[in-house]
Amino acid sequence: MAAVRLKDLAQKEDRLVAGHGMCLGCGIPIIFKIILRATDDPLIVTCATGCLEVCTTIFPRTAWNVTWIHSAFENAAATAAGIEAMYRALKNKGKIPQEKKIKILAIGGDGGTYDIGFQALSGAVERGHDFVYVCYDNNVYANTGGQRSSATPLGASATTAPAGTKSPGKIQPRKDLTRIMAAHKIPYVAQASPNKWLDLYNKAKKAFEIEGSAFINVLCPCPTEWKYEESQGIKLAQLANDTCVWPLYEVEKGHFKINYKPKQKLPVTEWLKSQGRFRHLFKEENAWIIEAIQAQVDEEWEELNKLAEM
Amino acid sequence: MKTLKPLNGNQTIAEAVRQVDIDVVAAYPITPSTAIVETIAQFKADGLIKGEFVCPESEHSAMSVCIGAAAAGGRVMTATSAQGLALMWEMLYIAAGLRLPIVAAIVNRALSAPINIHGDHSDTMGARDSGWIQIYSENCQEAYDNFIQAFRIAEHPDVRTPVLVGLDGFIISHSTEIVEIEDDEEVRRFVGEYLPIYPLLDTSRRFTVGSIDFTDYYFEHKRSQIEGIENSPRVIEQIGQEFGQKFGRYYSFFEAYHLDDAELVIVVMSSAAGTCKEAIDELREEGLKIGLLKPRVFRPFPYQKIAEALKDKLAVAVLDRSSSPGAFGAPLFTEIRSALYDYEKRPKIINYIYGLGGRDIKVEHFKEVAQNLVRIATTGKIDSHVGYLNLRE
Amino acid sequence: MKKETWRELTIGTINLNAGNSITNLTGTWRSGKKPEFIEENCIQCFFCWLYCPHFAIKVEGEKVIGINYDYCTGCGLCAEECPPKEKAIIMVPEEIKLAEGR
Repeated sequence: MAAVRLKDLAQKEDRLVAGHGMCLGCGIPIIFKIILRATDDPLIVTCATGCLEVCTTIFPRTAWNVTWIHSAFENAAATAAGIEAMYRALKNKGKIPQEKKIKILAIGGDGGTYDIGFQALSGAVERGHDFVYVCYDNNVYANTGGQRSSATPLGASATTAPAGTKSPGKIQPRKDLTRIMAAHKIPYVAQASPNKWLDLYNKAKKAFEIEGSAFINVLCPCPTEWKYEESQGIKLAQLANDTCVWPLYEVEKGHFKINYKPKQKLPVTEWLKSQGRFRHLFKEENAWIIEAIQAQVDEEWEELNKLAEM
Repeated sequence: MKTLKPLNGNQTIAEAVRQVDIDVVAAYPITPSTAIVETIAQFKADGLIKGEFVCPESEHSAMSVCIGAAAAGGRVMTATSAQGLALMWEMLYIAAGLRLPIVAAIVNRALSAPINIHGDHSDTMGARDSGWIQIYSENCQEAYDNFIQAFRIAEHPDVRTPVLVGLDGFIISHSTEIVEIEDDEEVRRFVGEYLPIYPLLDTSRRFTVGSIDFTDYYFEHKRSQIEGIENSPRVIEQIGQEFGQKFGRYYSFFEAYHLDDAELVIVVMSSAAGTCKEAIDELREEGLKIGLLKPRVFRPFPYQKIAEALKDKLAVAVLDRSSSPGAFGAPLFTEIRSALYDYEKRPKIINYIYGLGGRDIKVEHFKEVAQNLVRIATTGKIDSHVGYLNLRE
Repeated sequence: MKKETWRELTIGTINLNAGNSITNLTGTWRSGKKPEFIEENCIQCFFCWLYCPHFAIKVEGEKVIGINYDYCTGCGLCAEECPPKEKAIIMVPEEIKLAEGR
């Protein structure tokens, strides 16, 4: 692969443009600035209901400079499957030239992917539709103001799992969706984050090029709901990698590969103390949660390393 | 060449799908429409359908696949029943709002609870405000004919609105009749080439489909959507005529059976209309001036045409195969009663709910209705506006 | 912007004006601080371009040339991620101006 330079990527046309209404410091436009440049083929994008969809398409404006469709919250994968089925049908009938390549990208937040849209996603990739699904995982239903999702980590405070005098916030650990997607044994599954832009770019490129279903789960810093100062998002994503809260890896045809190993694995407290959603965990009575989080992160990192050695 | 084939309702739908040069079928099996999906799958497996067959993991996804596929730019259909249609409900509104000409065969079945697999209209009646055109079929032949016409209606540039064709669960879906199946090429020619409007797959253009509207645009977009279905009566009429000229079976908004000189009228849709005709024949022999009005198109509701046909009658009984709990009568009744409101002279009108969960309706039950109509016409008195037919009281 | 009547709208909620959100100047959101570009410190790494959520970094050819304040919301990611010791983007105070007509 030829070296990719940011200044070259900057020459490419923006497929998502300025004037969208996402928050100050939001991670979403950064993630898609990279992903939308990872293919030069014509692209059709479908979004689940969520921050990205709402903030980019308030009629009569649209921030999409590429063909785009939204139909509902829980069905981005099924909508993409329909587009892909029609693409195949019209190709078979000779109504679209054989040599013409069109890529299909479905996008959802963790609400539209881990939770309400999970069934449609599981079904679409099991059927093997040739499309890329990207989840921007900001660990929370951010579009509606910070309710818990199954991606919300243990101990985080969310508006429907709030920390209170009798509760330490969300008491369940997060769902490991990337591994669940890998268990579908589809051609390509990856976990990425925007701080490692080249890794994310390469993964997106691979996902677009591979035939069949590909899934990328991208950690998406959210200043509004994680409660940190807006300029810190990329630093936080790096911290998620360095604490192994969010390891970067890919699963290609069943083979696990870790893309980033921190030189020195940082304690999870570094991650937790950086965000207001975890602030209550530093009260004495919640110490056990921090221990539980560390134990879980250690266990999962160890397990991932074993899988990658296989 | 036209052929006569012994087929059940499900098979006739599958035959029509094979003939219309479908691009994408996305359907999830559910009793009693399962055989439609299975037959299409077999057609695909045998190379008789060139389009794609997608078997999603739920009806919600089936309709979502239809939406994606139709927006992508091609001819799309699905089939379902009862709970399946209910699970699609959210997406029905979206298909209509995005003006996608999807065609659905709905094998009418009762909605749970209690769970029941038999025929009634509670499923499609529940979707009556979803923006879809609704056409109902009396028998296998009508199911076939309606389904073919549905593509023309849905895809018409002035309409661009999804269409569902109802056929009664088991009574039609599983009963074999001799059906006139038209020549493949003739059907293909009748339905014609699909002409997409703003297909996603035309990547020479870039556009956004399914924007979010706030208070400043939602109302205008909804009104614009309503225009499609409001344009449809002219198209439905024209295509029903054209179909008749080509294949010999003419269609309009309703069928009149001994209606012109009738003083008493029974209004009933779908398969029960066949039984009603039998009852009317017998009652006519007894000297009763009774007729049948069988609505075919429920959405758009042909209120003027039906009111004109009924306004001079003495008494009318509207039979509904669904209920609208808490409402003044069931859907067909409320539509017709409302349609007659502006006429100075109008008939007495009553409503019967019948056949829920597949409960039989026989000639004797129509005779019971007729007796009540005679009493109302003679005395001018209505004991009860809404009654239940063949129910253990 | 003149709002269309229902008859003037494109069928099916379609918006044919791809990318017309650029008329929405998110720079009006900025409150209290703004980035300042110091060209002589710039190493042309393009991190500011990459990490700006609001597409507010001006690029000409292969060079970053400044900030587009029409869109800059003042989040500070560009300054934070600017690698040189002597940063090429720093956040400076800005007088809060209400958008015209408010």
